[in-house]
This record gives sequence, C-alpha cells and structure tokens, in this order.
Amino acid sequence: MRLRSMITAAALAIAGCGGGGQEQSPVSYGPIGGETGTELAEVQVLHRGNGTEPQSLDPHRAEGVPSSNVLRDLFEGLVAEAPDGELIPGAAEAWEISEDGLTYTFTMRPDGRWSNGDLVTAYDFEYGLRRSVDPETLSRYSSVLAPIGNAREVIAGERPPEALGVEAVDERTLVIRLETPTPYLLGLLTHSSCYAVHRGVVEEHGSNWSRVETHVGNGAYSLKDWVVQSHIHIERNPHYWDDANTTLDEVYFYAIDNQDAELKRYRADELDITSIVPQKQLKWIRANMAEEFRVTPYLGTYYFGFNTTRPPFAGKPGLRRALSLAVNRDIIVNVVSGAGEPVAYGWVPPVRGYGQQEPEEAGWTQEQREAEARRLYAEAGYSADNPLKVQILYNTSDNHKRIAIALRSMWKEVLGMETTLANQEWKVFLETRKGKQETEVYRAGWIGDYEDAYTFAQLLESSNEQNDSGYDNPEYDALLAAASAEPDIARRAEYLQQAERLMLADQPILPLHFYVTKRMVKPWVSGYEGNIMDHIYARHLSILKH
Amino acid sequence: MFRYALRRVFAAIPTLLILIALAFFMIRAAPGGPFDTEKTLHPDIEAKIRAAYHLDEPLVQQLGRYLLGLSRGDFGPSFQYTDRTVTELIREGFPVSLQLGACAMLLALLVGVSAGSWAALRQNRASDHAVMAVSMTGISIPNFVVGPLLILVFAVHLNWLPAGGWPSGGLAERLPNMVMPVVALALPQVAYIARLTRGSMIEVLRSNFIRMARAQGLAPSTILLRHALKPGLLPVLSYLGPATAAVITGSVVIEQIFGVPGLGRHFVQGALNRDYTLVMGVVVFYGVLIILFNFLVDICYGFLDPRVRQRN
Repeated sequence: MRLRSMITAAALAIAGCGGGGQEQSPVSYGPIGGETGTELAEVQVLHRGNGTEPQSLDPHRAEGVPSSNVLRDLFEGLVAEAPDGELIPGAAEAWEISEDGLTYTFTMRPDGRWSNGDLVTAYDFEYGLRRSVDPETLSRYSSVLAPIGNAREVIAGERPPEALGVEAVDERTLVIRLETPTPYLLGLLTHSSCYAVHRGVVEEHGSNWSRVETHVGNGAYSLKDWVVQSHIHIERNPHYWDDANTTLDEVYFYAIDNQDAELKRYRADELDITSIVPQKQLKWIRANMAEEFRVTPYLGTYYFGFNTTRPPFAGKPGLRRALSLAVNRDIIVNVVSGAGEPVAYGWVPPVRGYGQQEPEEAGWTQEQREAEARRLYAEAGYSADNPLKVQILYNTSDNHKRIAIALRSMWKEVLGMETTLANQEWKVFLETRKGKQETEVYRAGWIGDYEDAYTFAQLLESSNEQNDSGYDNPEYDALLAAASAEPDIARRAEYLQQAERLMLADQPILPLHFYVTKRMVKPWVSGYEGNIMDHIYARHLSILKH
Repeated sequence: MFRYALRRVFAAIPTLLILIALAFFMIRAAPGGPFDTEKTLHPDIEAKIRAAYHLDEPLVQQLGRYLLGLSRGDFGPSFQYTDRTVTELIREGFPVSLQLGACAMLLALLVGVSAGSWAALRQNRASDHAVMAVSMTGISIPNFVVGPLLILVFAVHLNWLPAGGWPSGGLAERLPNMVMPVVALALPQVAYIARLTRGSMIEVLRSNFIRMARAQGLAPSTILLRHALKPGLLPVLSYLGPATAAVITGSVVIEQIFGVPGLGRHFVQGALNRDYTLVMGVVVFYGVLIILFNFLVDICYGFLDPRVRQRN
C-alpha cells in the first residue's frame, strides 16, 4: 500500500511539472490538460477546503477568512483583483481620483447585474456602504471604513448613515469623499465591508436575507446550498457581466477545521485545494507531494510582544533588544515551524509602495547578534548569578508551543535566562494579553486587512485597543498622524517608514517571521497563482482534463 | 404506569432548571467573551453589539429572558453564526447525529450482544478470551486513532469509501459517507456492550431457572434466546439509556475527522467561541435527551423484568 501511494505521489509530481506533456501517469489520472495541456475537463466543479465554518454570508456582518473566501465569489466590490493580486475594475468599470486624493469618482458598468437579474447601480453601493457603517447593522468590521467622510461619527452613532461621504450622483456614477488621503482605498474596496447588497431583498427579509432561499449577490456565483459545519455550494450566476469568461460552473467550500482530515480528503481526491497544510506533515509533503505544495507570501507578521508597562521590560529597550538579538530566526523558520517563512526583523511585511524596514542586525551574522545580545543583557544588569526570569505566554497550539520552547532554549543558551512557558485557551489568552496585568512576553500575530503599511503601523499607536505591548511613544503617534494627513503618497510612506524605524529601535515587539499561505493545489487546477492577500476568485480558475 | 410516568416528568423539571442555571452561569464565568477576537473591537461598537444581544443586562434578568424564550421553544440567536438561530442549528445538526448515532447503536447492539453471549457460552475458552481481548482493544483505542486509520486505509489507499463529507440529498447518496463514521462510533460501544452482556449472561446461565430449563431438556438455543437473553440484557439496557443519548447527540471527534455536520461540533466549537446561546442550547437539548432516555430505560425494564413490573 505504501508503495502504491509513493507511485501515486510520483505520478502526481510528474504530471504537475509536466503541465500535461508526454508523461502518462501509471495510476489514477491521465495527462493533465489532455494532449495540448490546456484542454478543459468536462465537469467544471471545484472542491475547496475552507477552514472553519463561515460565520455569516452577509458581507457587512461577516468576519474571518472562511466567510470572506465565499463572499468574494458571491459579491463583487467596486474594485476586484486579478489572480496575482493586481487591482482591476470590478463592479465599477473605471474611476478617477481627484488631485488632492480626497474624492474618488466611480463609473459603474452598464451591464452589471444581481443574481436575480436586477441592474447593479451606484445607488446599490451607496446603500451598501451606508449599511456597513450603520451601527444597527452590528458590523464588527465597520472601523476599516474610517477613512471615508464622516464614517467615524456614523459608526459611533453620532450622525445618521446618510451623512457618510458616499453619494450616488446617478445610476452609473458614485462619488466617495474621504477624510484624509488614503492610498489604500482602492484595495480596501475589495473588502467585504465595502460590498453592495440588494436593497429590496435586505429590506424585505431583514436579517434573514443572507440565507440560501433569499440570498442575492452581484458576484460571478450565487448561493445554492449551505449546510452548517459541512459545506457551502455555489453555482454560476448567469447574470454576471463577465459570465462568458467564467469557466467553473460550481464550487463547494467545505468547512473542515481538522487539518489532518483536510489533507486526507485531498489525498483521496475529494478536494482540489486545501485551506492549509498541517505543520507536522510538511516533511512528508515535501518528500511526496512537493509539486502540489504551494507556498505564497502572506500579508502577516508572527511575533512575540514585550509588555512595556510592567517590569522587567518597562523602560528597558536595551534588554528587549538583547532578547530579540539572541533569537536565531533561521532555525525557527527552517527547523521549528518548518515552512521556510521569510524571517522578520522588521514589522511591516513587503507591501506595495512601502520601503520595507530592516534594522542593521538583519545584515549581521548570528554570532555578531549574540555578542551584542550578551553585551546589552549585561548592561541591563543581568548575569549568570542574577539571571532574568520571564514567562512566555501563548495560546494553546502545538506550533506556538514549539516556537516558545525554541525561544526558551535560545535565551538559555545565549543569555543564561530562566524562562517559563504558560499556555492558555484562546479566549482566556486574549483577555490576559489585553489586560497587560500578567503578561511579560506574549505570542501574537497580525494579518493586515488591506495591503498598506498603515494596517500594521496603527497597532502600536498608544491609543490603539490592540496595542498589547502598551508601547507609548508620542513621537511615533505624531508620525502616524502626519502620515494620515499627508496627501503626497511618497511622503506619507516616508513618515510611516520613519515611524517603523523608531519603533523597532525601541523594540516593544520581537518579530520572528512573515506569514506564508501553505496549501495543496491539484495539478489540474488552472489559474491558481496565489497573492499576498490570499484572495482567490473562482472565476479565474478552471479544471483541466485529467 | 401513567401516574408513574407523570411523576417522572414533574421530577425532571427541577433537574432541568438546575442544569440550565449551572450552564448559564458557568459559561459566563469563563474568561473571554463571544466578541473577543484577534482584532479587538472598538469599545463603542462592542457596547452596541452587547446591547443588541442583551448582554448588558444584569445576569438574573438575562437568565429570566432566556427561560422565557425557552418556554416558547426559542433558544435565541447564535452569537457566532449570525445568520442562524440556535433552534435552527440544533434542528439541522440533530438529524445528522441521530442518523449516525442510531445506526452505530444498532450495529453495536447487534454485534456486541452476539459477541458477548457467544463468549459467555464459551466461558474461559480460547474464543471467549479472544472476544474479550478484541473488545478490550476496542475500548482502549480512542476514536481519533481509529477514524484517521480507517480513512487512510479505505479512502486514501483503497479508494473504496469517501474520506469524509456529508452530501446534501437523500440517504442513498450519503450511505457511503456514513459507513466509516458509523463503524468508528460503534466500535467502543460494541466493546462495552459485549463485556456487559458476557458478564451478566454468565451470571444468568448459572442461575437456578436456567438449570431447571436444562433439566427439562430444552434445546440450548431455546434456553439462550427465550430464557437467558432477557434477564441477561438488563445491565446492557441501563447502559443503553445514557449511551444512546450521548451517541445520538454526536461526537465531536468523529464529526471533525469525517466532516459530519452533526451536533457534536457545536458543543466544542460553541464553548470555544463563547457562543453562549449555542452552548446553552446544546446543553439543554442533551439534558432533555438524557432524562428522556433514562425514563425510557425504566419503562423497558418493566417489560423485560417481571420483578420490576410486580413492584410497580
């Protein structure tokens, strides 16, 4: 049986890299894509693993990656994305940006239609954006719309939703006015919070509109079936403006929260794409199914934070830096987590229009880092006789545990520190971390909501709810404020870069690595490229003959 | 008998109320709330959401509101799955768990009772030891080992059965998807039932009325099926009440491994998400089922055991 699986894996590997060339696979599949390598399969149905159960299919109430993955096919924002993540026209066919960067004028497609056949107009987007910020909608994501005129006041309930800086001039013209120049606005418009919803349907069915029977969207697909904790089934929306260029007829999104189970279903050919791969299986996958294993940089940073409001780290940037320098990040990404993620010394992952910051130690050898770490450690008053004793707090997970153990042993070896590990269940952990009363060193990760440095920078602003390190530097806050008010894109980026350098020198956090998406993709799935936002649109994919 | 049943129903009400109150306060005492996520909500927005779900009211008032809803059969909205109510989630999940659980219990009964009786008739012989050894293994190997092993062999390598999932449509389409979860669910039950049956059968087979039957020259099969089996099954029956209630409300392990949309996942996911209403819903539902099944077992006892009938 083992032999058979190895043969299958080898066949898959050959078929994958051959792109459907001459290789005849001995078992299971014929040449991928037939003779030409691009021949399509007769049945155009994609089966996709989608992690946990999506929480909602109402774009303004949804939260989390699994919901967004489905919503992306059921709806279309004013702006959409190409397979490589490049922004392309969506429900709007064109737009103009005023010189001060404060007014965006969108021209709607003349042929955009809802899945019930109605025309998609500028009024739909006006209604959708207003609904998204309306406190009555109970959106947990409305704050991402803060750059739009008056959004903050509307979200806080101080002004009516009609006060939002969004106006439909006529059926085909939508104007969005901003509070401050926001270069990431177009990218933000691909977020589900910015989708339009069908006013008639929402008003008729109230909060029940997003169920199978009544769901209406303007995306390339429409909702057919939804079995909680099992699957969501979507099918082609024949009214979609670009239906002629859409190949896949149906997509199944499976709610599979067990990663091992997901991989087994993939191996049994029940899934074409997985949502993730189990960390423990990476070695096996690399040895047996390397060609189907797709790793793409992802807009996120995995880090540990120092609680700067309590001893031993309050007011001790040197000590925090010592701990950061003592960590051998190459070992973490290559051995401990094992996916070969890009190591991080800086905070903001590579995003367009931003010069990634790397502190000088990124260019040092590990010996140099460790020597400097020892010097700073001694300078902070610690030694072999008087070692620093800290606790690392992480949320219960095998991977976080392995990384915490690695940090402990590195700190022990390089600095002689005494580290204890503590883990807590997720929600308990969130509360402890937010409370800042017990934490010393804590695990954290941040995934950007939109492709811009600001989504990372704001996290360390002193007033930010999410600033779990308690980092409080007026200079940093001032730079962020300056960036927010700056109409010039290059100067804005410079402010943010300056802020990041300043923050990294204070080292309230210890970045370890940037995230990557890791998933299995069958060789017959054509059109999958992967991008930094991990936004995959079914309309760009097709199934090759196999 | 009717008065007895009525008495039992009334006795169940305070039990349920205590269960509801305990679950209600315990889930709220757990640190962290339903709206805590990696991305912290703005306090204003969180306050609005909490108010919309009445979480800003005093606890006693919340409990009162919950009980009032419950008396109308309304379990409230799910905090996590905002498009659904808890009643719907239970209505959709329970039939799935029930189908799997009922098949598993039937299979377990059939195999367990046969194997147990067979072993009892061959007490201390090699076949007896073999059955008991197998059943001991069945009890000690956990589901999360058996499940993935079954998938690896029958789905990944042999390609005989689907590795998981629960297709919409009729039972016929779903049958192949049910085989492995049913077997994995039934295995530990088979083992328990076989051991229970064997133990009580050995005792029954030694009793005077069986010796009497043998002396009368009845055929061994008649003795077993007509005289020994009924009293021999009494301990199995007491076990079946709570076991059936547990199995038909779903197993989180089995459901996660095989991708089955049953109730079991709601127990664990609901608690992890601090989805207060969902946790309360499944706890109350499970509580009612346990009480119901224990009651049914007591009634069945009357049919199987003449002594119980006479006492009543």
